[in-house]
Amino acid sequence: MASNEEILTGLAEIVNEITGVPAADVQLDKSFTDDLDIDSLSMIEVVVGAEEKFGVKIPEDEVKNLATVGDAVTYIKNASPEA
Amino acid sequence: MPRSQVPVVVTGLGASTPVGGDAASTWDSLLAGRSGVRPLTEEWVADSPVRIGAPVAVDPSEVLPRVQARRLDRSAQIALIAAREAWADSGLEGKASETGIDPDRLGVVCASGIGGLHTLLGNYDQLLAHGSRKVSPLAIPMLMPNSPAANVGLELQARAGVHTPVSACSSGSEAIAYGLDMIRSGRADIVVAGGTEAVIHPLPIAAFANMMALSKRDDDPTAVSRPFDKDRDGFVLGEGGALFVLESAEHAEARGARVYVELAGAGMSSDAHHIAQPEPDGIGVMAATRKALDDGGLQPNDVAHINCHATSTPVGDAAEALALRKVFGDAISGIPVTAPKSMIGHLLGGAGAVEAMATVLTLHHGLVPPTINLDHLDEQIGLDVVHDGPRKLGNGSIAALNNAFGFGGHNVVLAFRRP
Repeated sequence: MASNEEILTGLAEIVNEITGVPAADVQLDKSFTDDLDIDSLSMIEVVVGAEEKFGVKIPEDEVKNLATVGDAVTYIKNASPEA
Repeated sequence: MPRSQVPVVVTGLGASTPVGGDAASTWDSLLAGRSGVRPLTEEWVADSPVRIGAPVAVDPSEVLPRVQARRLDRSAQIALIAAREAWADSGLEGKASETGIDPDRLGVVCASGIGGLHTLLGNYDQLLAHGSRKVSPLAIPMLMPNSPAANVGLELQARAGVHTPVSACSSGSEAIAYGLDMIRSGRADIVVAGGTEAVIHPLPIAAFANMMALSKRDDDPTAVSRPFDKDRDGFVLGEGGALFVLESAEHAEARGARVYVELAGAGMSSDAHHIAQPEPDGIGVMAATRKALDDGGLQPNDVAHINCHATSTPVGDAAEALALRKVFGDAISGIPVTAPKSMIGHLLGGAGAVEAMATVLTLHHGLVPPTINLDHLDEQIGLDVVHDGPRKLGNGSIAALNNAFGFGGHNVVLAFRRP
Protein backbone atom coordinates (compact mmCIF):
# COMPACT_ATOMS: atom_id res chain seq x y z
CA MET A 1 0.00 0.00 0.00
CA ALA A 2 1.00 3.59 -0.53
CA SER A 3 3.13 5.36 2.08
CA ASN A 4 2.29 8.86 3.32
CA GLU A 5 5.09 10.15 1.12
CA GLU A 6 3.63 8.44 -1.97
CA ILE A 7 0.17 9.76 -1.22
CA LEU A 8 1.53 13.31 -0.87
CA THR A 9 3.37 13.01 -4.17
CA GLY A 10 0.29 11.64 -5.92
CA LEU A 11 -1.92 14.34 -4.45
CA ALA A 12 0.55 17.04 -5.50
CA GLU A 13 0.41 15.73 -9.08
CA ILE A 14 -3.39 15.89 -9.07
CA VAL A 15 -3.43 19.42 -7.63
CA ASN A 16 -0.89 20.54 -10.20
CA GLU A 17 -2.88 19.05 -13.07
CA ILE A 18 -6.11 20.73 -11.95
CA THR A 19 -4.93 24.08 -10.63
CA GLY A 20 -1.45 24.65 -12.01
CA VAL A 21 -0.03 25.07 -8.49
CA PRO A 22 3.58 23.72 -8.60
CA ALA A 23 3.70 20.23 -7.09
CA ALA A 24 6.51 21.30 -4.77
CA ASP A 25 4.17 23.82 -3.12
CA VAL A 26 1.73 21.11 -2.10
CA GLN A 27 2.95 20.41 1.46
CA LEU A 28 1.26 18.71 4.41
CA ASP A 29 0.63 21.94 6.33
CA LYS A 30 -0.92 23.82 3.38
CA SER A 31 -4.60 24.74 3.45
CA PHE A 32 -6.41 23.89 0.20
CA THR A 33 -8.39 27.14 0.19
CA ASP A 34 -6.13 29.64 1.97
CA ASP A 35 -2.71 28.56 0.72
CA LEU A 36 -3.36 26.77 -2.57
CA ASP A 37 -6.34 28.91 -3.68
CA ILE A 38 -8.44 25.87 -4.61
CA ASP A 39 -12.13 26.76 -4.92
CA SER A 40 -15.00 24.39 -4.12
CA LEU A 41 -15.37 23.20 -7.74
CA SER A 42 -11.69 22.43 -8.11
CA MET A 43 -11.72 20.69 -4.70
CA ILE A 44 -14.33 18.25 -6.04
CA GLU A 45 -12.05 17.60 -9.01
CA VAL A 46 -9.13 16.95 -6.65
CA VAL A 47 -11.24 14.55 -4.58
CA VAL A 48 -12.43 12.61 -7.64
CA GLY A 49 -8.84 12.47 -8.91
CA ALA A 50 -7.66 11.16 -5.55
CA GLU A 51 -10.43 8.55 -5.39
CA GLU A 52 -9.34 7.26 -8.77
CA LYS A 53 -5.63 7.32 -8.08
CA PHE A 54 -5.73 5.70 -4.63
CA GLY A 55 -8.78 3.47 -5.02
CA VAL A 56 -10.59 5.03 -2.05
CA LYS A 57 -14.01 6.60 -1.45
CA ILE A 58 -14.15 10.12 -0.07
CA PRO A 59 -17.80 10.85 0.78
CA GLU A 60 -19.08 14.37 0.09
CA ASP A 61 -19.66 14.93 3.82
CA GLU A 62 -16.02 14.21 4.47
CA VAL A 63 -14.65 16.75 1.99
CA LYS A 64 -15.32 19.70 4.29
CA ASN A 65 -13.09 18.13 6.94
CA LEU A 66 -10.12 18.02 4.58
CA ALA A 67 -8.81 21.51 5.29
CA THR A 68 -5.14 20.82 4.73
CA VAL A 69 -3.16 18.58 2.45
CA GLY A 70 -2.11 16.67 5.58
CA ASP A 71 -5.79 16.02 6.41
CA ALA A 72 -6.27 14.54 2.95
CA VAL A 73 -3.15 12.38 3.15
CA THR A 74 -4.25 10.99 6.53
CA TYR A 75 -7.78 10.33 5.31
CA ILE A 76 -6.60 8.58 2.15
CA LYS A 77 -4.09 6.52 4.15
CA ASN A 78 -6.78 5.36 6.59
CA ALA A 79 -9.33 4.74 3.87
CA SER A 80 -6.96 2.71 1.71
CA PRO A 81 -8.20 -0.82 1.07
CA GLU A 82 -5.25 -2.51 2.77
CA ALA A 83 -5.27 -0.21 5.81
CA MET B 1 -35.03 57.72 -39.79
CA PRO B 2 -32.85 60.49 -38.38
CA ARG B 3 -29.51 59.33 -37.08
CA SER B 4 -29.78 60.72 -33.60
CA GLN B 5 -27.81 57.88 -32.09
CA VAL B 6 -24.34 57.96 -30.65
CA PRO B 7 -21.81 57.10 -33.40
CA VAL B 8 -20.08 53.77 -32.71
CA VAL B 9 -16.70 52.73 -34.09
CA VAL B 10 -14.65 49.54 -34.30
CA THR B 11 -11.30 49.95 -32.53
CA GLY B 12 -10.11 46.36 -32.08
CA LEU B 13 -10.36 42.97 -33.79
CA GLY B 14 -9.39 39.46 -32.75
CA ALA B 15 -10.05 36.04 -34.23
CA SER B 16 -9.26 32.37 -34.35
CA THR B 17 -10.42 30.77 -37.60
CA PRO B 18 -9.83 27.81 -39.91
CA VAL B 19 -7.38 29.93 -41.92
CA GLY B 20 -5.49 31.70 -39.16
CA GLY B 21 -4.82 31.87 -35.43
CA ASP B 22 -5.44 35.62 -35.36
CA ALA B 23 -7.07 38.44 -37.30
CA ALA B 24 -4.05 39.33 -39.44
CA SER B 25 -3.27 35.80 -40.61
CA THR B 26 -6.97 35.18 -41.26
CA TRP B 27 -7.11 38.29 -43.42
CA ASP B 28 -3.97 37.33 -45.33
CA SER B 29 -5.40 33.86 -46.03
CA LEU B 30 -8.73 35.27 -47.22
CA LEU B 31 -6.95 37.63 -49.61
CA ALA B 32 -4.79 34.77 -50.88
CA GLY B 33 -7.82 32.51 -51.41
CA ARG B 34 -6.47 29.81 -49.09
CA SER B 35 -8.96 27.21 -47.93
CA GLY B 36 -9.12 25.93 -44.34
CA VAL B 37 -11.21 22.88 -45.28
CA ARG B 38 -9.41 19.57 -44.80
CA PRO B 39 -9.97 15.88 -44.13
CA LEU B 40 -10.93 15.22 -40.51
CA THR B 41 -8.68 12.70 -38.79
CA GLU B 42 -10.58 11.78 -35.62
CA GLU B 43 -11.44 8.11 -35.07
CA TRP B 44 -15.19 8.67 -35.37
CA VAL B 45 -14.79 9.95 -38.92
CA ALA B 46 -14.79 6.38 -40.25
CA ASP B 47 -18.54 6.09 -39.47
CA SER B 48 -19.45 9.67 -40.36
CA PRO B 49 -21.52 10.62 -43.41
CA VAL B 50 -19.12 13.58 -43.88
CA ARG B 51 -15.36 13.32 -43.43
CA ILE B 52 -14.20 16.89 -44.04
CA GLY B 53 -14.43 20.07 -42.02
CA ALA B 54 -12.70 23.35 -41.27
CA PRO B 55 -11.13 23.16 -37.78
CA VAL B 56 -9.37 26.21 -36.41
CA ALA B 57 -5.86 26.60 -37.81
CA VAL B 58 -4.30 26.89 -34.35
CA ASP B 59 -5.46 24.63 -31.50
CA PRO B 60 -6.75 27.05 -28.82
CA SER B 61 -5.90 24.63 -26.01
CA GLU B 62 -2.25 25.06 -26.94
CA VAL B 63 -2.44 28.86 -26.88
CA LEU B 64 -3.94 29.18 -23.40
CA PRO B 65 -2.20 28.09 -20.19
CA ARG B 66 -2.98 24.40 -19.57
CA VAL B 67 -4.99 24.89 -16.40
CA GLN B 68 -7.12 27.62 -17.97
CA ALA B 69 -7.70 25.57 -21.12
CA ARG B 70 -9.02 22.55 -19.17
CA ARG B 71 -11.62 24.72 -17.43
CA LEU B 72 -13.06 26.06 -20.72
CA ASP B 73 -15.01 24.41 -23.50
CA ARG B 74 -13.27 24.74 -26.86
CA SER B 75 -15.81 27.40 -27.91
CA ALA B 76 -14.90 29.53 -24.87
CA GLN B 77 -11.18 28.96 -25.46
CA ILE B 78 -11.60 30.44 -28.94
CA ALA B 79 -13.57 33.41 -27.60
CA LEU B 80 -11.02 34.17 -24.91
CA ILE B 81 -8.14 34.12 -27.38
CA ALA B 82 -10.02 36.39 -29.77
CA ALA B 83 -11.03 38.76 -26.95
CA ARG B 84 -7.44 39.11 -25.74
CA GLU B 85 -6.29 39.90 -29.25
CA ALA B 86 -9.07 42.42 -29.88
CA TRP B 87 -8.47 44.12 -26.53
CA ALA B 88 -4.75 44.46 -27.22
CA ASP B 89 -5.44 45.50 -30.82
CA SER B 90 -7.50 48.41 -29.53
CA GLY B 91 -4.56 49.55 -27.42
CA LEU B 92 -5.80 48.19 -24.09
CA GLU B 93 -3.90 46.02 -21.66
CA GLY B 94 -5.05 44.04 -18.63
CA LYS B 95 -8.33 44.34 -16.76
CA ALA B 96 -10.50 47.38 -17.39
CA SER B 97 -9.52 49.17 -14.18
CA GLU B 98 -5.82 48.59 -14.91
CA THR B 99 -6.03 50.14 -18.36
CA GLY B 100 -8.09 53.23 -17.62
CA ILE B 101 -11.49 51.84 -18.65
CA ASP B 102 -14.41 52.19 -16.23
CA PRO B 103 -15.56 48.58 -15.58
CA ASP B 104 -19.13 49.81 -15.06
CA ARG B 105 -19.09 51.17 -18.63
CA LEU B 106 -17.63 48.01 -20.24
CA GLY B 107 -19.95 45.32 -21.63
CA VAL B 108 -19.52 41.97 -23.36
CA VAL B 109 -21.86 40.39 -25.91
CA CYS B 110 -20.52 37.05 -27.11
CA ALA B 111 -22.78 34.68 -28.98
CA SER B 112 -22.76 30.97 -29.58
CA GLY B 113 -25.32 29.12 -31.65
CA ILE B 114 -25.04 25.79 -29.85
CA GLY B 115 -22.83 26.26 -26.78
CA GLY B 116 -20.39 23.90 -25.08
CA LEU B 117 -21.27 20.79 -27.03
CA HIS B 118 -17.94 19.00 -26.52
CA THR B 119 -18.29 19.45 -22.75
CA LEU B 120 -21.93 18.35 -22.73
CA LEU B 121 -21.43 15.22 -24.80
CA GLY B 122 -18.04 14.39 -23.30
CA ASN B 123 -19.51 14.42 -19.80
CA TYR B 124 -22.49 12.38 -20.95
CA ASP B 125 -20.09 9.77 -22.29
CA GLN B 126 -18.36 9.74 -18.88
CA LEU B 127 -21.71 9.39 -17.11
CA LEU B 128 -22.72 6.40 -19.22
CA ALA B 129 -19.33 4.73 -18.99
CA HIS B 130 -18.32 5.42 -15.36
CA GLY B 131 -21.33 6.79 -13.48
CA SER B 132 -22.33 10.14 -12.05
CA ARG B 133 -19.19 10.66 -9.96
CA LYS B 134 -17.18 11.14 -13.16
CA VAL B 135 -19.28 14.10 -14.33
CA SER B 136 -17.14 17.20 -13.90
CA PRO B 137 -18.22 19.78 -11.33
CA LEU B 138 -17.24 22.29 -14.01
CA ALA B 139 -19.54 20.78 -16.65
CA ILE B 140 -22.32 23.36 -16.28
CA PRO B 141 -20.12 26.48 -16.25
CA MET B 142 -18.31 25.03 -19.26
CA LEU B 143 -21.31 23.96 -21.35
CA MET B 144 -23.71 26.87 -20.77
CA PRO B 145 -24.00 28.99 -23.92
CA ASN B 146 -23.12 32.15 -21.99
CA SER B 147 -19.83 30.65 -20.85
CA PRO B 148 -17.72 32.37 -23.56
CA ALA B 149 -19.30 35.76 -22.77
CA ALA B 150 -18.96 35.23 -19.03
CA ASN B 151 -15.32 34.23 -19.29
CA VAL B 152 -14.47 37.22 -21.49
CA GLY B 153 -16.30 39.43 -18.98
CA LEU B 154 -14.32 37.92 -16.09
CA GLU B 155 -11.05 38.35 -17.95
CA LEU B 156 -11.64 42.00 -18.84
CA GLN B 157 -13.64 42.99 -15.73
CA ALA B 158 -16.83 43.96 -17.56
CA ARG B 159 -19.60 45.17 -15.25
CA ALA B 160 -22.02 46.93 -17.61
CA GLY B 161 -23.57 43.59 -18.55
CA VAL B 162 -22.51 40.33 -20.18
CA HIS B 163 -24.93 38.92 -22.75
CA THR B 164 -25.35 35.97 -25.10
CA PRO B 165 -27.76 36.23 -28.01
CA VAL B 166 -28.61 32.89 -29.57
CA SER B 167 -29.94 32.91 -33.11
CA ALA B 168 -28.23 29.96 -34.77
CA CYS B 169 -25.96 31.06 -37.61
CA SER B 170 -26.70 34.76 -37.26
CA SER B 171 -25.72 34.78 -33.55
CA GLY B 172 -22.30 36.36 -34.05
CA SER B 173 -23.72 39.25 -36.06
CA GLU B 174 -26.61 39.66 -33.65
CA ALA B 175 -24.09 40.03 -30.82
CA ILE B 176 -22.42 42.89 -32.67
CA ALA B 177 -25.83 44.50 -33.25
CA TYR B 178 -26.59 44.22 -29.51
CA GLY B 179 -23.21 45.73 -28.71
CA LEU B 180 -24.15 48.67 -30.93
CA ASP B 181 -27.44 49.02 -29.04
CA MET B 182 -25.71 48.92 -25.65
CA ILE B 183 -23.51 51.84 -26.59
CA ARG B 184 -26.23 53.84 -28.35
CA SER B 185 -28.60 53.46 -25.44
CA GLY B 186 -25.98 54.75 -23.04
CA ARG B 187 -25.56 51.48 -21.12
CA ALA B 188 -21.87 51.20 -22.01
CA ASP B 189 -19.05 53.19 -23.60
CA ILE B 190 -17.19 50.15 -24.82
CA VAL B 191 -18.40 46.64 -25.65
CA VAL B 192 -16.44 43.54 -26.64
CA ALA B 193 -18.79 41.77 -29.05
CA GLY B 194 -18.76 38.82 -31.42
CA GLY B 195 -19.34 35.10 -31.61
CA THR B 196 -17.73 31.70 -31.30
CA GLU B 197 -18.49 28.07 -32.07
CA ALA B 198 -16.68 24.74 -31.89
CA VAL B 199 -18.89 21.77 -32.71
CA ILE B 200 -16.92 19.62 -35.09
CA HIS B 201 -18.25 16.45 -33.50
CA PRO B 202 -20.01 13.39 -34.95
CA LEU B 203 -23.43 14.34 -33.56
CA PRO B 204 -23.92 17.75 -35.23
CA ILE B 205 -22.27 16.47 -38.40
CA ALA B 206 -24.74 13.58 -38.56
CA ALA B 207 -27.62 15.92 -37.74
CA PHE B 208 -26.72 18.55 -40.34
CA ALA B 209 -26.02 15.82 -42.89
CA ASN B 210 -29.43 14.26 -42.23
CA MET B 211 -31.01 17.67 -42.83
CA MET B 212 -29.31 17.61 -46.25
CA ALA B 213 -27.50 20.82 -45.27
CA LEU B 214 -23.93 19.55 -45.61
CA SER B 215 -22.10 18.71 -48.77
CA LYS B 216 -21.21 15.02 -48.67
CA ARG B 217 -18.42 15.29 -51.20
CA ASP B 218 -15.03 14.49 -49.80
CA ASP B 219 -12.88 13.80 -52.83
CA ASP B 220 -11.26 17.26 -52.88
CA PRO B 221 -11.84 19.07 -49.53
CA THR B 222 -10.76 22.54 -50.59
CA ALA B 223 -13.21 22.48 -53.51
CA VAL B 224 -16.33 21.44 -51.59
CA SER B 225 -17.52 24.80 -50.24
CA ARG B 226 -18.58 26.64 -53.41
CA PRO B 227 -21.02 29.51 -52.72
CA PHE B 228 -22.88 30.77 -55.80
CA ASP B 229 -21.34 28.09 -58.03
CA LYS B 230 -23.84 26.07 -60.02
CA ASP B 231 -22.38 22.85 -58.60
CA ARG B 232 -22.80 23.85 -54.93
CA ASP B 233 -24.48 21.17 -52.83
CA GLY B 234 -24.26 22.19 -49.18
CA PHE B 235 -22.01 23.71 -46.56
CA VAL B 236 -18.86 22.53 -44.79
CA LEU B 237 -18.86 22.67 -40.99
CA GLY B 238 -16.13 24.86 -39.52
CA GLU B 239 -15.19 26.21 -36.11
CA GLY B 240 -13.86 29.53 -34.89
CA GLY B 241 -14.85 32.97 -33.79
CA ALA B 242 -14.07 36.65 -33.73
CA LEU B 243 -14.56 39.48 -31.29
CA PHE B 244 -14.72 43.22 -31.88
CA VAL B 245 -13.98 46.12 -29.59
CA LEU B 246 -16.88 48.50 -30.22
CA GLU B 247 -16.70 51.95 -28.74
CA SER B 248 -18.60 55.21 -28.83
CA ALA B 249 -16.74 57.49 -31.21
CA GLU B 250 -16.41 60.01 -28.40
CA HIS B 251 -14.83 57.48 -26.04
CA ALA B 252 -12.46 56.25 -28.73
CA GLU B 253 -11.41 59.77 -29.60
CA ALA B 254 -10.87 60.73 -25.97
CA ARG B 255 -8.33 57.92 -25.50
CA GLY B 256 -6.77 58.38 -28.92
CA ALA B 257 -7.76 54.94 -30.18
CA ARG B 258 -7.17 53.87 -33.77
CA VAL B 259 -10.48 53.52 -35.61
CA TYR B 260 -10.97 50.85 -38.31
CA VAL B 261 -14.45 51.89 -39.43
CA GLU B 262 -17.77 53.10 -38.08
CA LEU B 263 -20.42 50.48 -37.25
CA ALA B 264 -23.09 52.61 -38.88
CA GLY B 265 -26.14 50.45 -38.29
CA ALA B 266 -27.79 47.08 -37.98
CA GLY B 267 -30.95 45.58 -39.39
CA MET B 268 -32.72 42.53 -37.99
CA SER B 269 -35.80 40.70 -39.18
CA SER B 270 -37.39 37.28 -38.93
CA ASP B 271 -38.91 35.22 -41.73
CA ALA B 272 -41.80 33.60 -39.82
CA HIS B 273 -41.74 31.06 -42.62
CA HIS B 274 -39.96 27.78 -41.76
CA ILE B 275 -37.69 26.52 -38.98
CA ALA B 276 -34.81 25.65 -41.31
CA GLN B 277 -35.48 27.02 -44.79
CA PRO B 278 -35.14 30.60 -46.00
CA GLU B 279 -38.23 32.42 -47.15
CA PRO B 280 -37.85 31.86 -50.93
CA ASP B 281 -38.88 35.35 -52.05
CA GLY B 282 -36.22 36.95 -49.88
CA ILE B 283 -38.73 39.11 -47.99
CA GLY B 284 -37.03 38.75 -44.61
CA VAL B 285 -33.56 39.44 -45.99
CA MET B 286 -34.85 42.48 -47.88
CA ALA B 287 -36.39 43.84 -44.69
CA ALA B 288 -33.18 43.37 -42.69
CA THR B 289 -31.12 45.00 -45.45
CA ARG B 290 -33.41 48.03 -45.66
CA LYS B 291 -33.43 48.37 -41.87
CA ALA B 292 -29.63 48.28 -41.78
CA LEU B 293 -29.42 51.01 -44.41
CA ASP B 294 -32.01 53.18 -42.62
CA ASP B 295 -30.41 52.60 -39.25
CA GLY B 296 -27.05 53.61 -40.64
CA GLY B 297 -28.37 56.69 -42.43
CA LEU B 298 -27.24 55.14 -45.71
CA GLN B 299 -28.63 55.18 -49.23
CA PRO B 300 -28.32 52.07 -51.41
CA ASN B 301 -25.76 53.86 -53.58
CA ASP B 302 -23.45 54.34 -50.56
CA VAL B 303 -22.92 50.56 -50.51
CA ALA B 304 -19.67 49.61 -52.24
CA HIS B 305 -19.44 46.00 -51.10
CA ILE B 306 -21.51 43.17 -49.63
CA ASN B 307 -20.08 40.26 -47.65
CA CYS B 308 -22.66 37.55 -48.22
CA HIS B 309 -23.87 34.81 -45.87
CA ALA B 310 -23.80 32.40 -48.84
CA THR B 311 -23.42 29.01 -47.17
CA SER B 312 -23.11 27.09 -50.45
CA THR B 313 -26.55 25.49 -50.17
CA PRO B 314 -28.58 25.56 -53.39
CA VAL B 315 -31.68 27.26 -51.88
CA GLY B 316 -29.99 29.60 -49.41
CA ASP B 317 -27.60 31.22 -51.86
CA ALA B 318 -30.38 31.74 -54.40
CA ALA B 319 -32.70 33.38 -51.84
CA GLU B 320 -30.00 35.74 -50.61
CA ALA B 321 -29.06 36.76 -54.15
CA LEU B 322 -32.71 37.35 -55.03
CA ALA B 323 -33.17 39.59 -51.99
CA LEU B 324 -30.10 41.64 -52.89
CA ARG B 325 -31.25 42.05 -56.51
CA LYS B 326 -34.61 43.27 -55.25
CA VAL B 327 -33.19 45.78 -52.76
CA PHE B 328 -30.53 47.25 -55.04
CA GLY B 329 -32.21 46.77 -58.44
CA ASP B 330 -29.95 47.18 -61.47
CA ALA B 331 -27.29 48.81 -59.27
CA ILE B 332 -26.46 45.37 -57.81
CA SER B 333 -24.36 44.61 -60.89
CA GLY B 334 -21.90 47.31 -59.79
CA ILE B 335 -21.51 46.09 -56.19
CA PRO B 336 -18.76 43.50 -55.72
CA VAL B 337 -19.78 40.74 -53.32
CA THR B 338 -17.82 37.94 -51.69
CA ALA B 339 -18.48 34.75 -49.72
CA PRO B 340 -15.82 33.83 -47.12
CA LYS B 341 -17.46 30.46 -46.43
CA SER B 342 -15.82 29.28 -49.65
CA MET B 343 -12.58 29.23 -47.61
CA ILE B 344 -13.55 28.93 -43.93
CA GLY B 345 -16.70 26.82 -44.17
CA HIS B 346 -19.64 27.62 -41.91
CA LEU B 347 -18.72 28.62 -38.36
CA LEU B 348 -22.38 28.71 -37.16
CA GLY B 349 -22.42 31.08 -34.15
CA GLY B 350 -18.94 32.30 -35.09
CA ALA B 351 -19.77 32.90 -38.76
CA GLY B 352 -21.34 36.36 -38.55
CA ALA B 353 -18.55 37.71 -36.36
CA VAL B 354 -15.67 36.36 -38.47
CA GLU B 355 -17.30 37.50 -41.69
CA ALA B 356 -18.15 40.90 -40.21
CA MET B 357 -14.45 41.17 -39.36
CA ALA B 358 -13.63 40.42 -43.00
CA THR B 359 -16.07 43.18 -43.99
CA VAL B 360 -14.38 45.69 -41.66
CA LEU B 361 -10.94 44.80 -43.02
CA THR B 362 -12.24 45.01 -46.59
CA LEU B 363 -13.22 48.64 -45.98
CA HIS B 364 -10.10 49.36 -43.96
CA HIS B 365 -7.67 47.99 -46.56
CA GLY B 366 -9.79 48.75 -49.64
CA LEU B 367 -9.57 45.14 -50.87
CA VAL B 368 -12.36 42.62 -51.39
CA PRO B 369 -11.20 39.04 -50.76
CA PRO B 370 -12.10 36.55 -53.48
CA THR B 371 -14.70 33.78 -53.35
CA ILE B 372 -12.92 30.56 -54.26
CA ASN B 373 -14.37 27.58 -56.14
CA LEU B 374 -16.51 29.79 -58.32
CA ASP B 375 -15.92 27.85 -61.53
CA HIS B 376 -19.36 28.41 -63.05
CA LEU B 377 -21.48 31.16 -61.52
CA ASP B 378 -25.07 29.89 -61.21
CA GLU B 379 -27.03 31.94 -63.76
CA GLN B 380 -29.81 32.47 -61.21
CA ILE B 381 -27.53 34.42 -58.90
CA GLY B 382 -26.98 37.59 -60.92
CA LEU B 383 -24.34 39.10 -58.59
CA ASP B 384 -20.85 40.40 -59.26
CA VAL B 385 -19.01 37.78 -57.20
CA VAL B 386 -15.31 38.61 -56.79
CA HIS B 387 -13.13 35.62 -57.68
CA ASP B 388 -9.69 35.02 -59.20
CA GLY B 389 -7.99 37.19 -56.57
CA PRO B 390 -8.84 40.26 -54.50
CA ARG B 391 -10.42 43.35 -56.00
CA LYS B 392 -9.67 46.95 -55.08
CA LEU B 393 -12.40 49.14 -53.63
CA GLY B 394 -12.71 52.85 -54.36
CA ASN B 395 -11.57 55.60 -51.99
CA GLY B 396 -13.67 57.90 -49.87
CA SER B 397 -16.64 57.46 -47.59
CA ILE B 398 -18.19 54.17 -48.60
CA ALA B 399 -20.21 51.53 -46.82
CA ALA B 400 -20.21 47.74 -46.77
CA LEU B 401 -22.82 45.27 -45.56
CA ASN B 402 -22.38 41.92 -43.85
CA ASN B 403 -25.19 39.37 -44.03
CA ALA B 404 -25.89 36.55 -41.59
CA PHE B 405 -28.96 34.33 -41.45
CA GLY B 406 -29.87 31.53 -39.08
CA PHE B 407 -32.14 28.50 -38.73
CA GLY B 408 -35.34 29.83 -37.22
CA GLY B 409 -35.57 32.52 -39.87
CA HIS B 410 -33.24 35.04 -38.23
CA ASN B 411 -31.78 37.71 -40.53
CA VAL B 412 -29.07 40.13 -39.43
CA VAL B 413 -27.42 42.72 -41.65
CA LEU B 414 -24.62 44.93 -40.31
CA ALA B 415 -23.64 48.18 -42.05
CA PHE B 416 -20.09 49.48 -41.73
CA ARG B 417 -18.87 52.80 -43.12
CA ARG B 418 -15.45 54.20 -43.80
CA PRO B 419 -15.42 57.79 -42.50
